[in-house]
Amino acid sequence: MTTTLPVAAAFHHEYIPASPPPADIRPSPLTWARKNLFSSPFSCLLTVCFTGLAVWLVSQFLSFALINAVWSGDSELCRANPDGACWSFIRAKLNYLQYGAYPVTERWRVDLTQVIGAILIAWLLWRNAPRRNTAALLFFGVYPIVGFALLRGVEAIGLPVIDTTLWGGMMITLLMSVVGIVFSLPLGVVLALGRRSELPIVKAVCVFYIEVVRGVPFITVLFMANFMMPLFVPEALTPDRLLRPMIGTALFSAAYMAEVVRAGLQAIPKGQYEGAQALGLGYFTMMRLIILPQALTIVIPGIVSTFIGLFKDTTLVAIVGIADFLRAVEAARIDPNWAGPTISSTGYLFAAIVYWFFCFGMSRYSQSVERHLARGH
Amino acid sequence: MVDISQPAHLSRAFSIYDKKFRAIAYQAGLAVSLAVIVTGIATQTVSNMRQRGIPLTFDFWNQTAGFQINQTLIPYDTLSSYGQAFWVGVANTLLVSAFGIVLATVIGFLIGISRLSNNWIVAKVATSYVEVIRNIPLLLQLLFWYNAVLKPLPAPKASIALPGGIYLNNRGIILPAVEFHAGAGLVAIAIVAAVAFATAFSAYASGYQKRTGKQLPVLVVNLLLLTGLPLAAYVAAGNPWSFTYPELRGFNFRGGQQIYPEFAALLIGLSVYTASFIAEIVRGGVQAVSKGQTEAAHALGLPQGKTLRLVVVPQAFRIIIPPLTSQYLNLIKNSSLAVFIGYPDLVQVFAGSVLNQTGAAVQVMAITFAVYLVISLITSAAMNAFNLRFALVER
Repeated sequence: MTTTLPVAAAFHHEYIPASPPPADIRPSPLTWARKNLFSSPFSCLLTVCFTGLAVWLVSQFLSFALINAVWSGDSELCRANPDGACWSFIRAKLNYLQYGAYPVTERWRVDLTQVIGAILIAWLLWRNAPRRNTAALLFFGVYPIVGFALLRGVEAIGLPVIDTTLWGGMMITLLMSVVGIVFSLPLGVVLALGRRSELPIVKAVCVFYIEVVRGVPFITVLFMANFMMPLFVPEALTPDRLLRPMIGTALFSAAYMAEVVRAGLQAIPKGQYEGAQALGLGYFTMMRLIILPQALTIVIPGIVSTFIGLFKDTTLVAIVGIADFLRAVEAARIDPNWAGPTISSTGYLFAAIVYWFFCFGMSRYSQSVERHLARGH
Repeated sequence: MVDISQPAHLSRAFSIYDKKFRAIAYQAGLAVSLAVIVTGIATQTVSNMRQRGIPLTFDFWNQTAGFQINQTLIPYDTLSSYGQAFWVGVANTLLVSAFGIVLATVIGFLIGISRLSNNWIVAKVATSYVEVIRNIPLLLQLLFWYNAVLKPLPAPKASIALPGGIYLNNRGIILPAVEFHAGAGLVAIAIVAAVAFATAFSAYASGYQKRTGKQLPVLVVNLLLLTGLPLAAYVAAGNPWSFTYPELRGFNFRGGQQIYPEFAALLIGLSVYTASFIAEIVRGGVQAVSKGQTEAAHALGLPQGKTLRLVVVPQAFRIIIPPLTSQYLNLIKNSSLAVFIGYPDLVQVFAGSVLNQTGAAVQVMAITFAVYLVISLITSAAMNAFNLRFALVER
């Protein structure tokens, strides 16, 4: 005969809270410091030196950018203060730094274009967003047309045409980057597929293009776009002065995108290709439905870091006379009305902070995607 | 006999869905359209150039350039030809790239190793360096170094004097110049000989160790060779060089070696920027060597230093070299940003001044592209050869 225990008695119904680690191995701030700062005499020395260095750098930065800075007032006040940043200078120039000489009454068009772009990019990059395919279609297909119509203007719908010589500042930097990514990614995918192709002529053409473009500096590509493109076409068709560096940028970053995408294509196991072929899919259907969706997902971090490079490289368009954000800072910096001892440093510090936030934000995003991918699905 | 040839109705008839036909058709289409585009552009370009009076030949190469260049490694004056100006530009590009690569490697390795330090504050400072520098455009950093740091330095009369006869002013950095006298060649020969002897001794010692298992004191002998021979030659030749110190005469310095602010700004900017990428590569490379390797080496009784030198570093190097090569190439390509601060590199002199004066855009750009492609090819080839020596020999 067996006694049957009630089932309930055999199990706990609540979680038992985890007990704290024994007091003597719990890391106190002191043990942490001993392990991470003062583990050896050499380490002590390093700690002292580097703490001194860090404190000095941070205090210099704070005193220049915050404590001694001039926050409002005119150029006289800045000239009188050689120890701190002149933020009133930035405040006075902010509109110029954002829009260049774009007419004041039409600036809402720039704002609207940027807001639409920001929404689309957020939609594309947000991992759990619904219908990201639609976002991609809108961003790569519709947005360029809408953006062009809004920024340049179309008389027929009541938007006066704004000549590109008036464009400038942050809007050019963002425009260049977006144009770069919108056109270079599709072109890069085509080049990457071409490079992996079994057709010898297609492969040779793509390899030649990718290797030549990656072998030369961006500046020379911009020079070429600026000086040679007008020679390539009949005079009546000469591209606009802003369009030329845009074409150069797109063609240049396409070669880098191609290498990123190729890495993704190589990472897809052969079984995926064979599986698709066994199902009777043709080359283009297989790429569109099976291979590219997987390959492009893997290389999102690579695409983002190429984009960061592209974003930083847009500063170089100043060489062909385009007034991008950094060029606008340069122009504002040498304005004789504001001449002063700290104007240059203030301008560069402001530009550095702006670029840093953009690039750091993007690299953080790319790292989070990387972690997500590494975790598996 | 059984007829094994296919019945007629199963043999392959011509079809536009045939893979082979498609391959030929696609490629023929691509080749023809490329040919049409290229010929179209070429004809248009030639006719445009004729129409605008732009030279179609390379005749400009031997014409007088007529502009000045401040930093020239090879003889050049305003009467020199465009061709000579080109070589000045190439030499300046190579000069700043060579110094930049060395400096960036040193800073990059130091920062990369610091990021792996057990010391929390050292690792954090190194991380901050990487995160700050990497995310700010190189051009902005160059402009900062040039316009906000080096240009506002005082005029020559009020130069900042540093120890060792070095002066800082807004015309650059003035160093003492080295003057070689007769007998300096002897020291050079001694250095070459010392390197040759040291290499030979290392090879002999490693062979000896393989044969007998005994180690020879390679480090001590080589250090003695490398310092002793040149020092002996220096004494034997009787102080074959001396320093001339710069002196302020009127508005500028006479004597001494001047480093132009453009060169200094470009060198600092390129090295600091590229070092942040090299640091990441070094950190990644060392972290990629699995921990089991270190533990196994410790278990075999190797001390920490030997574990690093014999086990971790060789494996990390294998991972580090390919991306390091591409950083070197990036540095060389980025040296073209010289044009923004007026350092006379290839792009500034040739694709800038020469192109503007001659208008021969197509020829000048083709030559510029060719130079960078050749530099890229040579660097990759050298690094590939180096890589081959380090590569893992698999079974």
